[in-house]
Amino acid sequence: MNARVMAFKAYFPLIGIAILALFLLVIAPGALSSFRLNNLGKYCCYAIAGVGIGLAWGRGGMLVLGQGLFFGLGAYAMGMHLKLEAAGPDAVPDFMMNFGSGVLPAWWAPFRSGAFTIAAIVVIPALVALVLGLAVFKRRIKGAYFAILSQALTVAFGALLVSQIKYTGGQTGLNSLSTFFGYNLYDPVNKKMIYMITAVILIVMLLITFQLYRSRFGEVLIATRDQEERVRFLGYDPANIKVVAFVIAAIMASIGGAMFVPMAGLINPREVSALASIMLIAGVALGGRATLLGPAIGALVVGYGRTSLSEAYPDQWTYFLGAMFIIVILFIPNGLTSVIPKAWQALNRRRTDIKEVEAV
Amino acid sequence: MDVVISQTFTGASYGATLLLVALGLTLTFGQMGVINMAHGEFLMAGAYSAYMTQQLITNADISIIFALPFAFIVAGLLGLLLEVLVISRMYHRTLDTLLVTFGVSLVLQQAAKDIFGAQAKAVKAPSWLHGQIPIFGYRYPLTQLFILVLSIACVIGLTSLLKYTGFGRQIRATVQNRDLAETVGVSTRSIDRLTFFIGSGLAGVAGVAVTLITATESTMGQEYIIWAFLVVVAGGIGQIKGAVIAAFALGITRAFLTYWTDGSMAVVLTFLLVVVFLQVRPQGLFATRTRSLA
Repeated sequence: MNARVMAFKAYFPLIGIAILALFLLVIAPGALSSFRLNNLGKYCCYAIAGVGIGLAWGRGGMLVLGQGLFFGLGAYAMGMHLKLEAAGPDAVPDFMMNFGSGVLPAWWAPFRSGAFTIAAIVVIPALVALVLGLAVFKRRIKGAYFAILSQALTVAFGALLVSQIKYTGGQTGLNSLSTFFGYNLYDPVNKKMIYMITAVILIVMLLITFQLYRSRFGEVLIATRDQEERVRFLGYDPANIKVVAFVIAAIMASIGGAMFVPMAGLINPREVSALASIMLIAGVALGGRATLLGPAIGALVVGYGRTSLSEAYPDQWTYFLGAMFIIVILFIPNGLTSVIPKAWQALNRRRTDIKEVEAV
Repeated sequence: MDVVISQTFTGASYGATLLLVALGLTLTFGQMGVINMAHGEFLMAGAYSAYMTQQLITNADISIIFALPFAFIVAGLLGLLLEVLVISRMYHRTLDTLLVTFGVSLVLQQAAKDIFGAQAKAVKAPSWLHGQIPIFGYRYPLTQLFILVLSIACVIGLTSLLKYTGFGRQIRATVQNRDLAETVGVSTRSIDRLTFFIGSGLAGVAGVAVTLITATESTMGQEYIIWAFLVVVAGGIGQIKGAVIAAFALGITRAFLTYWTDGSMAVVLTFLLVVVFLQVRPQGLFATRTRSLA
């Protein structure tokens, strides 16, 4: 294969992103009803978080079982802002009147500002991931330990959300939201706008990740996943590389969570639980953890499957999900997107075989 | 002072339950590097075994005596099945075993719901465990004392099995150096299977113990699995004495934090304490010394 073809092949993923963008930004808004488009938007939020998981887990080898934590941080930050918007400029959210003292807690107050909220959606999860990542990776805590710890923290976060009903609305979470930065949430035009913003964010995240994978950082990240000791011997600090990937994944999950709120119209602890985190992982595993587009597509598929199958067959859905985990991880660990090129190769090989036979 | 004693006992009871669950995990996680998320469902299977035993032997006083070995065998066989069908295909893919066994745990939970119904089942405690026993002025419930005794018995049993029997020696050899163990004629495959059987069986025993304090339902394993893993992580992988100390430390810490703050805050703080503890000892309390870099 000559150099030109190689260089061209490196841009193959961009074609994939372009096709996905065409589907999400042009075809879907035209073809789907407002309700279905809203659902697709929710799956896009999972996909945004999924792209981050692909980076941390697929490329970095860190099994981030607790992305629900970061999804939740972003979602609750957004939820708090929208809740304050719904309450009005000087009023207090309804649940605080019912369960709390009726006085807005000091740490809620800054979320009245939209700019602060947007900054918080990026900065808070980044800080949490930074501290946690440094604590874990600098001390060379094993991968399995990290997976368990991150899941444990998600469980703790969920328990905290449920118990601090005065501040978080408890089990019901933050609901009855009315506007999104001043735009009515129930106006179909605004709904479409929120969907478009989410879809554009997903495409942008894919492009950022595409660039990251091509960069030196992407190379070293893969090297760290495969041979951490050798990377250390070469003079890099694998902990720093892992922390960076983990922080980026956390920010992506948080942004996904933040956009989830206006589309779902609510956020509650169930959406950010350990099970929700595992669902995110399921999408990435199905799509292909180490590929660029696999995690996004997998998350869209699992989101769609969850809505359509779980409503029709709530019990069988669990079997289906469990079986999917077992089959995908056991037999196609590189995900569905890895099967297509392989099948294509196999097909081609057979063709050339036949040709060779004919030639003989 | 009363508070100190009562919280210590509450914590110790909780720690004893955790220890029962974690013992099996130390074996499977420590020896085979398998993160078995379905371990909690083996506990659930043990609890349902106790329920089924009581349907057959309606006298609660003696049914528990039959339930313990029955639950051990049921959970053990489930574990064996899992090992043979799934885990044996996934050596050296530690993180992937976590995800696969998570799928298994989903399936088992739903299966339990379909077989036994969504309603929680109650298992009657034997009459000889009714009442409390006063210790330092604290009225210690006999059921909790029973769990404590049971978990200590399991620790002693498992330790002596590992220490004094040929099978135990083979397990330890496999943990310390699998290749070398194989070279000197240990069939590591059958050792793996037996280890998994015993480890899972212990979860079943834990399940019977848990029926004394909570209702039996399909999701009950979820309550314990994360905590049990934290015990294994804090204690050091494959270390029974580490697991014992970590289980009681976690249980008692959580009990005191619950008293000082509230239930969920205690959960958060205990998790954070484990993270902080791992800063000091990244390998857990007791590390298995190996020469491998990873």
